[in-house]
Amino acid sequence: MIELRDVRKRFGKQVVLDGVNFTVQDGETVALLGPSGTGKSVLLKHIIGLIKPDSGTIIVDGKDVSHLKRKELAEFRQTIGYVFQNGALFDSMDVLENVRLGIVDEDKYEDMDYVRGRVAECIRLVNLPADVVEKYPAQLSGGMRKRVGIARAIAGSPKYLLYDEPTSGLDPVNADIIDSLVQRLAQELHVTSVMVTHDVRGAFRVADRLALLSDGKIVMQGTPKEFLASDNPKVREFLERDFDNPQFAA
Amino acid sequence: MATRTLDLRVIAGRAVLDGTSHVGRLSYFVLEMVRGLSEVRIWWPRMLEEAWNIGVGSLFIVLLISAFAGAVTALQTGYQFTGSIPYYVVGTLVVSSIILELGPVLTALILAGRIGARYAAELGTMRVTEQIDALESLGRSPASHLVIPRVVAGFLMIPALTIFANLSGVVAGWLSVKAVLPVTNADFIYGAQYYYRTFDAYYSVIKAFFFAGAITVISCYMGFNTQQGAEGVGKSTTTAVVTSSVLILVLDTVLTRLLLNQH
Repeated sequence: MIELRDVRKRFGKQVVLDGVNFTVQDGETVALLGPSGTGKSVLLKHIIGLIKPDSGTIIVDGKDVSHLKRKELAEFRQTIGYVFQNGALFDSMDVLENVRLGIVDEDKYEDMDYVRGRVAECIRLVNLPADVVEKYPAQLSGGMRKRVGIARAIAGSPKYLLYDEPTSGLDPVNADIIDSLVQRLAQELHVTSVMVTHDVRGAFRVADRLALLSDGKIVMQGTPKEFLASDNPKVREFLERDFDNPQFAA
Repeated sequence: MATRTLDLRVIAGRAVLDGTSHVGRLSYFVLEMVRGLSEVRIWWPRMLEEAWNIGVGSLFIVLLISAFAGAVTALQTGYQFTGSIPYYVVGTLVVSSIILELGPVLTALILAGRIGARYAAELGTMRVTEQIDALESLGRSPASHLVIPRVVAGFLMIPALTIFANLSGVVAGWLSVKAVLPVTNADFIYGAQYYYRTFDAYYSVIKAFFFAGAITVISCYMGFNTQQGAEGVGKSTTTAVVTSSVLILVLDTVLTRLLLNQH
């Protein structure tokens, strides 16, 4: 379970998170919605301890993330797969080496037979052709890079998967592929997922619950049905542009 | 006038805060490196790759520049020579100038541009494209994967390159001086040995070790703390080269005072 209690964060004079309370139950897929620049990615980085809050508590699996020691934090991070917005693949390494980095057990990491098998399995799970392992990130399309990023995140069999804008910058077809992938991985790997996105349509397709971040606070958390029925003006304002979209209606 | 005073105070205050912040972050950065040293299995293979890259990649330019430095030193010595000074002294001047100063300092300044800029740009790009965050998110230490291999490779290869630079400078100086002065090989060797002390060679390598620290640690630190996209990478790279070059000259002065005055 992931729980954020009254988390506050400011960068200089800019308040990014202003008392965020946010909960994700085990096995759930939660989409964190909000306009660009509202601090969704910052919130996600708090969960994995890449950013420390100015105040408040972040509890993951009963551990207070911001108070973990260096070694504890490294071990804790091995239970979480993080998918970065632009893939964040190592451009000097081929796909095999990139995905290999996700294997957290050091003995397995050194065992090249295991590595090849595990990398091939992860590449298959994200629907990429087997020969992609020999390619470098620069030789891949945007959608393929995102999927390699997901393959790297799942290589260590994490309990949690955090996706930072997994469909941003993709065409609708590729965005649908990634959305389906997020949904399928949640079911097949039984992971708890948090997906940061401003793609309302994708979020409604994939998530069990939604949360809307606006002005540094979680304005609403609930199921897609509860969101659709909400008369909260900020929720309505955020959803309305997509209500008129025929694709969303479909 | 009051506004001007206030501005100066603000500027001085910011400079002090920035300086203190850098000292704190650099100390933490070095501490992380020391902690990461125990992960030999991670950094050793990457270090060998880096050492090969920077060693072989820099050898030609280092040999070339030190050869020119040795030649120019010899030619200028020949220009300043009058009949009252014995010719063998030219051997002393060329060898001492190259080994004590020109070899290590010129090599370090070249490598501050070549290796320092590369390290800062590589790590800076990795920072702004979230590759360093990605490593951390995988529970891996950026220090042992990215920083230690570069720093250790620098500590191994920069002194080695300095030794090659010294040899190249001395040989080029030797050949050049014969073109402008009637110096025999025996004269040159006699002069080179007359004032030479074994400590001079150690001194040259000791300086190179300190310069290696200045180049690698500063460049990696600047790259590691890059902010704000492509402009930030450019800024970090420039700052890394300028800072490490200035630090090389400061260290050169301090080490000369500390080490040569003791012998």
